Amino acid sequence: MGTYLQSLVAMVDPYLMQILVNVGIAIVLALGLNVIVGLTGQLSLGHAAFMSIGAFASAMITIKTGLPFSLNLVLTGVVTALVAAIIGFPILRLTGDYLAICTLGFAEIVKVFFLNFEPTNKALGLTVPAAKTVIPMPIYVLIVAIIAIVLVTFVQSSRFGRALKAIREDEIAAEAMGINTTRYKIQAFALGSFMAGVGGGLYAHFLSYINPSDFGFLKSVDILSMVVLGGLGSVPGTVIGSSILASAPEFLRFMSQYRMLVYGALLVFLMVFRPNGLLGGVNFMDLCLRAIGKKPAGVALKQKK
Amino acid sequence: MSILKLEDVTIRFGGLVAVDKVNLTVEKGSIVALIGPNGAGKSTLFNLITGIYTPTEGTISFMDESIAGKTPYHIAAAGIGRTFQNIRLFTQLTVLENVLIGAHTRGKCDLTGAILKFMPWVRREEGELYDLAIECLKQVGLTYKAYELAGNLPYGEQRRLEIARALAIKPEIILLDEPAAGMNPQEKHTLLEMVQAISKTGVTVFLVEHDMKFVMGISDRIAVLDYGVKIAEGTPEQIRANPKVIEAYLGKGAASNA
Repeated sequence: MGTYLQSLVAMVDPYLMQILVNVGIAIVLALGLNVIVGLTGQLSLGHAAFMSIGAFASAMITIKTGLPFSLNLVLTGVVTALVAAIIGFPILRLTGDYLAICTLGFAEIVKVFFLNFEPTNKALGLTVPAAKTVIPMPIYVLIVAIIAIVLVTFVQSSRFGRALKAIREDEIAAEAMGINTTRYKIQAFALGSFMAGVGGGLYAHFLSYINPSDFGFLKSVDILSMVVLGGLGSVPGTVIGSSILASAPEFLRFMSQYRMLVYGALLVFLMVFRPNGLLGGVNFMDLCLRAIGKKPAGVALKQKK
Repeated sequence: MSILKLEDVTIRFGGLVAVDKVNLTVEKGSIVALIGPNGAGKSTLFNLITGIYTPTEGTISFMDESIAGKTPYHIAAAGIGRTFQNIRLFTQLTVLENVLIGAHTRGKCDLTGAILKFMPWVRREEGELYDLAIECLKQVGLTYKAYELAGNLPYGEQRRLEIARALAIKPEIILLDEPAAGMNPQEKHTLLEMVQAISKTGVTVFLVEHDMKFVMGISDRIAVLDYGVKIAEGTPEQIRANPKVIEAYLGKGAASNA
């Protein structure tokens, strides 16, 4: 099976494959941040920190143990989520700007920690051996990305997701409805960080080399831009936003030195004319139904079974 | 039997005594109104009962259990629902979602339940919550707008939605903070009938309101607050004739003319 998949992957142009994998990893990271920022309304500027924790944890698990990659990723996610829950406990009591500054500070702490952490080669970075799996990395990323999309979509329409949305809309009203806002904020933070950790693990094994400087503030902003561009709280929006922003630097390469200028201008242009994000506040299912000419469902109430 | 008991409840914000040794008992199944001039401390009292503030002194017991100082979500889960003076709906969510969030305490499924979306126990609970939400919307007459964004509703319907959302807790007592504010006489009449219907289902109603006709028409008992102190309590007839109440609302001259 492994060789069959390898040949499948080999059929695709390696340059294109690299872009697609980057997009896939970006989708996983951005969906995680979407749970924190888009669904729960907690501004986190330190998402890259959890990505780096996941990257280094996953790399160390591969280096030190022979665990299969699937187990590796799950463990990585759990470790990252635990760190998030621990740090979230004190700081998620803060609101808005203060929380943002705290997450920013935390991200810097993590970066400096890894820059000085002996077991992961400090500032020299870590070479990551191949992942222990027969499935080629691009397929792995595709599977994880699909799981992430399904997971966040399920969460959105669940009782848990509704509680998160309530917190985003009005914390005091949410508390008056019996929602323990601190507990749910921590859980959302942990879930988003779980996904960041898994994304970091995929990143580490795809790139085969990770350096603490890769995961700075700019990376956090990168991921946040994807979420904001796509539309806060919208899963299809985040997927589209990630696809655009993760591939734009490559597709704009023909512009050589003007590349990042155009990238920035693109972002500004989109934010001026569509501040809600591309699919912010848009019900994707309704949009699709309208596009093919059918009336959106939900206008009549569900009939009792 | 008394469902809510306030004993010597006091709260101080620095040097300001917002609520001063208030004693109040609300009987189960009744409709009690709290009236008084603006700034008397009525909403503060509501916030004390629902846990947003902690009293500096005094005790608050709900169904014979002390709730003073407990967190708001704990108190809500215990069976106290409320609406807000300045409407606090979840405006970017649909009407149905707002009431479903109100029904939050009626469910148990959390993150694992979200992931296992198609498991029978999760689907059953979602179905139950959905039915409860529709029931509450029926009680306020908003089922036809279930999928409308809450923020798009006209003012009067937003107030009714807040009531539906509070009812979804299936509370023992519901606290209505100025439910008739900003409504025209026709809407107030509809609201009056709605509150009476809610009371008939066994829910105790405790409301703050300025519209005297509304208050007199619906309450079993009325308590009057002025500058944080309870100055009178009794049946609508007793309150109407009480000189202290008239003085608080209309000034000293009016009291001596009454």
